[in-house]
Amino acid sequence: MSDIHSTIEAVWRIESTRLIAGIARVSRDIGIAEELAQEALVAALEQWPEEGIPEKPAAWLMTAARRRAIDYLRRSRMLEQKHGEIAREFEFQQQRLSQALDQALDQVIDDDVLRLIFIACHPVLAVEGRVALTLRLICGLTTAEIARAFLVPEKTLGQRIFRAKRTLSEAHVPFETPRGDELRRRVESVLSVVYLIFNEGYTATSGEEWMRAALCDDALRLGRMLVELLLGESEVHGLLALMELQASRTAARRGRKGEAVLLLAQDRSLWDYAQIQRGMAALEHAQRLGGGAGNYALQAAIAACHARASTAEETDWERIVLLYDALLQISPSPIVALNRAVAVGMAQGPAAGLAALDGLAAESVLAGYHMLPSVRGDLLMKLGRFAEAREEIQRAITMTQNRREQELLMERLKQMPSCDARGQLCGC
Amino acid sequence: MRFMMMVIPKGYEKAAPDAVPSAEAVAKMMEYNKSLQKAGVLLALDGLFPPSTGARISYSDGKATVTDGPFAEAKEVIGGYWIIQVRSREEAIEWAKRAPMSNNEIIEVRQIHEMGDFPEDVQKAAEGFEDLANAAAAKQ
Repeated sequence: MSDIHSTIEAVWRIESTRLIAGIARVSRDIGIAEELAQEALVAALEQWPEEGIPEKPAAWLMTAARRRAIDYLRRSRMLEQKHGEIAREFEFQQQRLSQALDQALDQVIDDDVLRLIFIACHPVLAVEGRVALTLRLICGLTTAEIARAFLVPEKTLGQRIFRAKRTLSEAHVPFETPRGDELRRRVESVLSVVYLIFNEGYTATSGEEWMRAALCDDALRLGRMLVELLLGESEVHGLLALMELQASRTAARRGRKGEAVLLLAQDRSLWDYAQIQRGMAALEHAQRLGGGAGNYALQAAIAACHARASTAEETDWERIVLLYDALLQISPSPIVALNRAVAVGMAQGPAAGLAALDGLAAESVLAGYHMLPSVRGDLLMKLGRFAEAREEIQRAITMTQNRREQELLMERLKQMPSCDARGQLCGC
Repeated sequence: MRFMMMVIPKGYEKAAPDAVPSAEAVAKMMEYNKSLQKAGVLLALDGLFPPSTGARISYSDGKATVTDGPFAEAKEVIGGYWIIQVRSREEAIEWAKRAPMSNNEIIEVRQIHEMGDFPEDVQKAAEGFEDLANAAAAKQ
């Protein structure tokens, strides 16, 4: 059942990050490190089907990469030092170089891997470049796999990676772990990339989109790697908690016909409670580190409120409102305010929810966002103001391109009485 | 996809109730466990007491019969397991190949069923079971 190419792919997935990180420690350029490691992979693809898989495939790849790296570094040093350098000095440098490489590859340390992650997520890169590099260098995905996951042509994705590597090289980004305030900023960049990958997979809708859904697992794997590498950073644990808690609902998010099922309508027996436990443990860890009020930890705490309620009715909406208040304090955003209004509507009734929505319509970010009329329509419906509610939901339908969202909204429109609760004709 | 890697140590079927692995073996195993954890693939792991401390419950026409361990007929027994999340069966096998096992040990790799793998009627029949499993987990 296992064909040799799948095995090579699997070895690559396990070993490539450390291989690239080790070479990068010496080459100081991750683009070159990646190319050299790729050459070792190509050699494996050529030789292993003929000669069989070596007993220690990781060591084999290391040796192959080392040979190529030494060749490459010799060539580049030779170009650099064509003028002026005496031959003996050159020989000496060569020797030092191969020793450094041997040492780096014999003992790839966690710091090398961490540096690689920081560079792949470097703010100098466009966000899509960070995502592609991270999946390529840290998750060991092939260009073709990433392209399929992001529904773009392989050539486009290849160019994206090429551009990202060139940008890093031109910006002379050092291969080192940032410190102090810079560290905080860079950790934030890494976490946002990981969460972006997760959401890319989380919004995938059908079985044919398996490659996209697998991105959730890749993001979780990255999250678990990161908590080992950045033990003291509470937000890393917060993000892992958030992802575990959201992913725990995966099986309940689609109905039998593939239709979207909203959180409150989900069959909670389909939630993965082992995963919920992992999420809760990660959240507690974040809180123990004093990071309970961090951005991701707060979002995770909101998800945890839902996870703890065995029915939708048991949800602690009061607590969720408080958590949204705290979230608004540290990262004010109209989207968070909108979500808070939904929670207020649940905790204190639709009239309070409607009041919380007031003022949000003026926010330009929400101008084209269908959730604003959708939420307003929902609250109006609960108040029995059906004519206004219909108007809002119809507006929401014209504002979303997503077919499943449209279907859900249509369904809601159908269920609404066509007249006002007061018995007057509403004229629609 | 999730896989269970089951350790089957030969001789464990006859091991004394107080049998424990050597400190050296445990140290090697810890190093391996750490590598799974660092790679972000490890979901759970446990080691099991020998079968001599366990019991087998067999069923015939709805009647349950209990036999205390060790079990004379057992040739292979499980000594422990890992649950890992990986992208392919081959990756699970590659991780198993890296485990620090000795000559008389086997690792069996098996994929874990996800609910989505079952046909619809089986999923429907299993709904109640999920409830029970979840209720138990939630209490922990």
